[in-house]
Amino acid sequence: MSLNQNTARSASSAIADTAADAGRRLPQQRPGMFQRKAATQESPAVNAVLTLILSFGAIVMAAPLVWMVSTSLKTKEGVYSLPPEWIPDPFVWDTYARVFDDTYVLSGIKNSLIVAVSVTVVGTLFSSLAAFALAKLRLPGKNAIFLMLLSGMMVPFPTLMIPQFVMFSKIGWVDTLLPLIVPVILGNVIMIFFLRQYLHNVPDSLVEAAKIDGASYLKIFWTMMFPLMRPAIAAQFILWFMAVWNDYLAPIIYLNTPEKQTLQVVIANMNVQYATQRDYPLIMAASVISVIPILVVFLIFQRQIIESIALTGSKT
Amino acid sequence: MATTAPPAEPTTVWTKEDAKASRKANNKLHRREHAWAAAFMAPPVIGWIAFLLFPLGFSVYASLTNWNGIGNMTFIGLDNYTRLLQDPYFWKALWNTVFYMIGIPIGLALSLALALALSRKIRGRTFFRTVYYIPVISSLAAVAILWQWAYNGDFGLVNQALGLVGIDGPNWLMDPTWAKPALIIMAVWKGLGYSTLLYLAAVQAVPRSLYEAAALDGATSWKRFTKITWPMVQPVTFFLVVTNIIGGSMIFTEINIMTPTGGPSWSTASLVWYVWNQAFRNLQMGYATAMALVLGILVLIVTVIQFRINRANDFSID
Repeated sequence: MSLNQNTARSASSAIADTAADAGRRLPQQRPGMFQRKAATQESPAVNAVLTLILSFGAIVMAAPLVWMVSTSLKTKEGVYSLPPEWIPDPFVWDTYARVFDDTYVLSGIKNSLIVAVSVTVVGTLFSSLAAFALAKLRLPGKNAIFLMLLSGMMVPFPTLMIPQFVMFSKIGWVDTLLPLIVPVILGNVIMIFFLRQYLHNVPDSLVEAAKIDGASYLKIFWTMMFPLMRPAIAAQFILWFMAVWNDYLAPIIYLNTPEKQTLQVVIANMNVQYATQRDYPLIMAASVISVIPILVVFLIFQRQIIESIALTGSKT
Repeated sequence: MATTAPPAEPTTVWTKEDAKASRKANNKLHRREHAWAAAFMAPPVIGWIAFLLFPLGFSVYASLTNWNGIGNMTFIGLDNYTRLLQDPYFWKALWNTVFYMIGIPIGLALSLALALALSRKIRGRTFFRTVYYIPVISSLAAVAILWQWAYNGDFGLVNQALGLVGIDGPNWLMDPTWAKPALIIMAVWKGLGYSTLLYLAAVQAVPRSLYEAAALDGATSWKRFTKITWPMVQPVTFFLVVTNIIGGSMIFTEINIMTPTGGPSWSTASLVWYVWNQAFRNLQMGYATAMALVLGILVLIVTVIQFRINRANDFSID
């Protein structure tokens, strides 16, 4: 876990000592004398068989997605050829142009971006501020507040969707992006939870010292806590972004006009509309387009995402 | 409360007045800290009140009324709840939702096996990890569209693949028997990478020395799995079971996209799908709210039971 260089020494060593980190490093860190003995000895034959099984599994996992890309490049008739063709003949790149010209995919991308970016950027700020206050500042009853916020995780969204819908329809927000933004922008309990945990590994003396030096609370947050939390924030941010980008239930409730819909709703509606016209390449092309941005983000930030997900399990 | 008294010079004599002044300054500092702390916590707390507590309270009242979401709310007492008990669609939807949970143990067993394999020194394990994880990040809507097409009885990928090994596959989503298993298979496929990743981290965190000691004592590899690995990854299993049950109880997207009418003979309609349908298609807002509350309470009960069981089996190693 790399930390900001400006970070105080003591803090970084405290964080590096968290159980999760220690656990992750443990196997490699112990080149003990018993390492090559019985239990850790791996039979090459078993590993070869496992590689075969894993390869077969990888084909099963990847096949549907490869097929999605392949179908998106076929002709309308090519979709129905038997046996199925994996490599389209001919390649129809024009389908992707049609997706952008004839459908609401472009406005869908724009709407999804508006929602996902505003929610995650502002929401992350609110969440990290709250986590800082909950972990490091004094306020009578703050643990009760934390438990109260945590209790929100126990209430599934479907239980709240009807009254929320009525609330937002009363103030005329139906068919706008606001009901998708406002309730979640004020902070994400899961993120608050993890950042608070993370900050518990930072010594209180660090904050006390800054206070004695006369730093304001906002300054302590911005110059000390935020950089300290950055690795944890980055990971949670990406996960949150993906969740908002992929959301379907809330958008389908609020958005009626096609050009106001988010990408997931747009492609779901295309699935209904174009299936009757047997235009599967178009539907698949739109689906490919909806998956690609997240896929790119994932491949770039793979290490951080995987680390943070692994951390999710170990923190429970 | 710990006070941050200014470090007194050894020579200074503290008078009562000094102490008083210091306490006053401290109180002022504390009040300032309290104010800032409260301000920092305010946004999520406001969100909690406005978008959780208030809607929840409103739900409780709305569930006792006959209401279409626009017009007047007519108070009808517990009628919605008694109606729900007699509504065969409710029970069917509840049964379908519970049935989908079969996918949870299947997915967990597969992902633990995968994690054990990937924890070995196998070539290309980073590649495998990535491939297994890609379905997790793909949007559920796109994946549902894709699988709907893959389950097509004549031209779908699934039946083509089954044909290779001589199996004549059913018309999955059109067949009351196979529609639910089809959705389960897809859910396992989509979630496998996530559980594998969590298990992999847990498996790799098990201290080698435990296995070495067990091996010296002559424990078989099956024994080492049941006595070391399984208890050591138990926290992850618990986490995954809890989150999967909560997530599974909210299953909606794939149902609505793949079987827009609730499936053949209503075989795929889930509870959330039925709630959504009643609320936003049939405008039975009062009744739908009652069902949504029942769903929330059921999820709560199941979660609490799981935490109880988990505490009873708590396993710790020092």
